Amino acid sequence: MSERRHFRSIAEVGVDSVRRLLDLTDHMAEVSRRPNPKVPALRGRTVCNLFFEDSTRTRMSFDTAAKRLSADTMTLAVGSSSVNKGESLRDTVETLSAMGVDAFVVRHRTAGVPWQISGWTDAVVVNAGDGWHAHPTQALLDAYTIMNRRGTKNFEGLSVAIVGDIRHSRVARSVTEILTMLGATVTHVAPRTLLPPMNPTPSTHALDDLIGSVDVLYMLRIQTERMGTGLVPGGSEYTDRFALTPSRARRLRPDSLVMHPGPMNRGVEITVDPSELPQSVITAQVTNGIAARMAVLFDLLGSTAGLEEG
Amino acid sequence: MTLDRLLLTGGTVVDGGGERRLDVRIADGVIVEIGVALDADPALERVLDAQGCIVGPGFVDLHTHLREPGMTEAETIATGSAAAALGGYTAVVAMPNTDPTQDCVEVVEFVRNRGREVGLCDVRPSGSITIGRAGVQLTPFSELAAVGVHLFTDDGSGVQDAGLMRRALEYAGELGLLLAQHCEVAAMTHGAVMHEGDCCSHLGLPGWPALAEELMVHRDIELCRLTGSPVHLLHLSTARSVELVRAAKADGLPVTAEATPHHISLTDEALRAFDARFKVNPPLRTMADVEAVRRGLLDGAIDAVATDHAPHPAHAKERPLDEAPPGMLGLETALGVTRKVLDTNWQKLFELLSTGPARIAGLADAHGRPVEVGEPANLVVIDPDVDWEVDPGGLASLSNNTPYIGMGLRSRVRHTIFHGRAVVIDREVNR
Repeated sequence: MSERRHFRSIAEVGVDSVRRLLDLTDHMAEVSRRPNPKVPALRGRTVCNLFFEDSTRTRMSFDTAAKRLSADTMTLAVGSSSVNKGESLRDTVETLSAMGVDAFVVRHRTAGVPWQISGWTDAVVVNAGDGWHAHPTQALLDAYTIMNRRGTKNFEGLSVAIVGDIRHSRVARSVTEILTMLGATVTHVAPRTLLPPMNPTPSTHALDDLIGSVDVLYMLRIQTERMGTGLVPGGSEYTDRFALTPSRARRLRPDSLVMHPGPMNRGVEITVDPSELPQSVITAQVTNGIAARMAVLFDLLGSTAGLEEG
Repeated sequence: MTLDRLLLTGGTVVDGGGERRLDVRIADGVIVEIGVALDADPALERVLDAQGCIVGPGFVDLHTHLREPGMTEAETIATGSAAAALGGYTAVVAMPNTDPTQDCVEVVEFVRNRGREVGLCDVRPSGSITIGRAGVQLTPFSELAAVGVHLFTDDGSGVQDAGLMRRALEYAGELGLLLAQHCEVAAMTHGAVMHEGDCCSHLGLPGWPALAEELMVHRDIELCRLTGSPVHLLHLSTARSVELVRAAKADGLPVTAEATPHHISLTDEALRAFDARFKVNPPLRTMADVEAVRRGLLDGAIDAVATDHAPHPAHAKERPLDEAPPGMLGLETALGVTRKVLDTNWQKLFELLSTGPARIAGLADAHGRPVEVGEPANLVVIDPDVDWEVDPGGLASLSNNTPYIGMGLRSRVRHTIFHGRAVVIDREVNR
């Protein structure tokens, strides 16, 4: 089981596969623009969405991706599962595997669960977000969105600021990993309390010092329950220091990109309306998410034929 | 032939007196004769081959979780005693975090008596410092001492309330009892899964900072200074903790400390595979900590190797990392790991595995003794140069959560003699 390919983290996949997947995502974006965006590539394959943590958006994105490739899909969301009745993770995975699953798409609140699951099944495992650790399809869709908007595969010299709760963010870890791997320069912007304890990435708490110069401003969602704890003071202090406000938006370069993985906390980390912000590519991220997930599923399960219209 | 008469032939005896090639004759639980090439009498005694072996005082574990009563899916006093005997232990201190807690005479007597029935090693129950290990109300120290408890600890958690710990030390000190601390400031470790450092930052797992241990080490050293009562510090894991204990000893304070085999052989990097077998409390630290703890054992800052043997059923270790319980097996591998990673001689190894812990546990009348005529026959016979790997399916423990799969170990117990009886012969339990 250990020799099987999976898609669990950017580091594990490596730079060559990342570049290949970016090209494949571009191809899948083209497929998605066809009048009939459905291809028979994964006909007869079964993709199981195993979501132990609620995430409607990511689940729907994966589900749509699998269906556009003609895979059969099934979904286990934790609320309706026997996991709540005391069945172990392992029993759940082994039971579903016995039904004939080719790929598990796994979301769990705890880091490492996709690796644990890989030991209990012959199916491939796609990480749809594990704890604070990794969200590699998000990273792939973000890298693709940047590449697509800038019209170049060259990330060398690209300056990216990721702003917000880096410590508790699987998105921040995976996006930092993929962009650094591709040659970009990433800076984390957060108070010390919201950075990982030992952060290898350069960081600052002074958003205003770099907002006028960055190529990409990547805003993270801040969980409102972190406010008013030992991590961040309550009230508007976080918004004052770290949000994308109208005055900060005015300082952005016209050709820079504003990104957000969603869902947004409007009025907290973003107080401008992104639909009125020309630099925003937030909607494109959502669209590209389907293409990126198609690319990952096709890469793991597909054969070279099957991308023609079915 | 009676099992009560044994002759160990061809071994090298190691104890505080040095190393000597001697045979050892045992009868009625006592060493009755030692000498070069004693004549065997197979009609009257069982002859145990110790050719090429090291013979020394049986090991004493200051830190064993036997899980009974309450958690017998993980281990029982019978299976844990067998694991101890196979590991060369003739005495173990049973940790109190059973269910119910070892906080009253009834539970302590149950553990002690069950240990005697099993009869594979000396099972010495510890008592908890507070009722239910809840950190609020002291247990009846004097009553528990009357049924044989010497070491008191809330192990599994530290006593958070400094005022309560001070009173406990004052009260225990005048009774001649020892308090042992699990050093962890809980306010700094909520939800922690692994050591706080590079690795946890990368893996996105909540961290357990070294400082959470060191603050309590420092606090209890100062409480020891204030009260004059002895303190034993359990499973030290960080470089700074070792420094603090070394300095306290230089000040002449009655502080003792132990370290586990896993904290001198494994680092937090092991968690990169997300395998909960490597989740333990305190967590595996960095290589710099590992080296500092090794140095502490070698230079006397740390007095004993203690296993923190913590069995858990396989399904518990298959849960997500935040839910999986901390702990790993230790009894059957302690010698093999310690010999592998500590560059020292057999005399020092017996000091760390037997004599030192026997003294701390209050068992020095029967364990960790010199190998001499008239001494109680609690002995271990070791193949010193055997290289081996642990087979998790072949352990005597009821659980198989060993972290040492695939790791080369050195030196293995061949025979164990407990109260003059050969409880392990040729690596097999002799019931």
